Amino acid sequence: MSVTRAEICVVACAEAWRGDGEILAAAMGTCSILGARLARLTFEPGLLTTDGGALLTAEPVPFGAPAGPAEGWMPFRDHLWLVQNGRRHVMMGASQIDRHGNTNISAVGEWERPKSQLLGVRGAPGNTICNPTSYWIPRQSTRVFVPRVDVVSGVGHDRAAELGAHASRFHDLRRVVTDLGVFDFGTPDGSMRLVSVHPGVDVEQVVAATGFELVVGGDVPETRLPTDEELRLIREVLDPRSSRDREVRA
Amino acid sequence: MNKTMSVEEIVGSLESGMTIGIGGWGSRRKPMALVRAIHRSQLTDLTIVSYGGADVGLLCAAGKVRKVVAPFVTLDSIPLEPHFRAARQSGAVEFAEYDEGMFMFGLLAAAHRLPFLPTRAGLGSDVMRVNPGLRTVRSPYDDAEELVAVPALTLDVALLHMDRADTRGNGQYLGVDPYMDDLFAKAAARCYVSCERLVDPGKLEGPPQTLLVSRMHVTGVVETPNGGHFTDCGPDRSRDEAFQRHYAASAADPQAWAAFTERFLSGDEAAYQEAVRRWREEEAR
Repeated sequence: MSVTRAEICVVACAEAWRGDGEILAAAMGTCSILGARLARLTFEPGLLTTDGGALLTAEPVPFGAPAGPAEGWMPFRDHLWLVQNGRRHVMMGASQIDRHGNTNISAVGEWERPKSQLLGVRGAPGNTICNPTSYWIPRQSTRVFVPRVDVVSGVGHDRAAELGAHASRFHDLRRVVTDLGVFDFGTPDGSMRLVSVHPGVDVEQVVAATGFELVVGGDVPETRLPTDEELRLIREVLDPRSSRDREVRA
Repeated sequence: MNKTMSVEEIVGSLESGMTIGIGGWGSRRKPMALVRAIHRSQLTDLTIVSYGGADVGLLCAAGKVRKVVAPFVTLDSIPLEPHFRAARQSGAVEFAEYDEGMFMFGLLAAAHRLPFLPTRAGLGSDVMRVNPGLRTVRSPYDDAEELVAVPALTLDVALLHMDRADTRGNGQYLGVDPYMDDLFAKAAARCYVSCERLVDPGKLEGPPQTLLVSRMHVTGVVETPNGGHFTDCGPDRSRDEAFQRHYAASAADPQAWAAFTERFLSGDEAAYQEAVRRWREEEAR
């Protein structure tokens, strides 16, 4: 069986937490939740993961499964305190993201009277200013990768720079994973850069799905393939019902 | 010291223009029986302070709300709350949009009679732009760090739904998350608790750390079995996903919403529970 795009995305999400050690891997979205648990089961065993609710599970649990034994308790109030504490790396979603990593989950159009009211800022302002943040975007397009977000829910590099080095010292945007590739902000002014394209995707396709000028180096590598063990864990342990395929089409 | 009241007595004690905090989180352990009673009351011009779900949506749909203070409004398994969206998109309600942590700090400040509490959450985001009244505060210590001064979210009234309560007004949660209900109780001049089951004093069973809300903060208590419906309520009742889908689908269309209102929201709480029971029977066929 060949590797699906969703499986590549799960592994690319997992890679976001590589090197993080003993912190909470918080995730929203199917592939990022699977990625956090996969990272914990393989190369980053120190990570803490939840059942999607208030429990820190003793072991990474299959997607949608009951929590099983808990090793800790993380009700919403403690989760919000943990954001302030900083031992947490969250992978959020975004309805819009711009070149500097500002993101919007609040509203499309004028905030005062939105064309489309979305969730509200949720925890995005606190997340981005207090602890490492990455993004998982299941369908990259110019509607999502926009020149300028309508409402800044998650703080980008230009906004963080305006706050000054001291106030933004915990601001740390790590990477963006989409169905097409992996991105980071490793440029002098914190602009988004293409790190890798998923197998089967070419650079032109990524550029066409991006509504701002993307930093593209000369030779863009391919996102790595899952190992055999990672594939086994995704298919047989973490997501036997293939929830991932409902988020990323084959 | 018996604080039991009826749903009608509780809602009858509220006044138009009040700032009302509603406990729970999203579509979880919301005092929906009390919200439904406000829906059929004459109250208007309310400011609703909530980690918002269908409580905010229903009250917006009924034109009860002048202003919403919230970090989100969601049905959880259905991400977007249709009535709140419609109210925002038509400009029918004001909105003070806070970060989730900021919102908690606002409740903490009010609960402890402080004018504000400092936090980093909000810095650099448009929360500062869309709430022009928000101010920052500078640390008086050597770091001189500038932080958001979240103003106290002081409430006239808080409404909570607990898994258990006693007749004195002590409230207990038996699920995995207390949400911020104790903070809502302490942030309010008056707090009313509805509960799945009301017991006599001394008859609350379970670990003492589940005794979340103290009678010293509670004005009145009412037993409303399934009163959190259709939201998720502790070990007794999980979210009624099918009914929530019906709610959201009905909200998408004026005619369907009129039919929903007629069927479920035109009578009292007992009529609601009966209408839901019949709806479930029909759906099961």
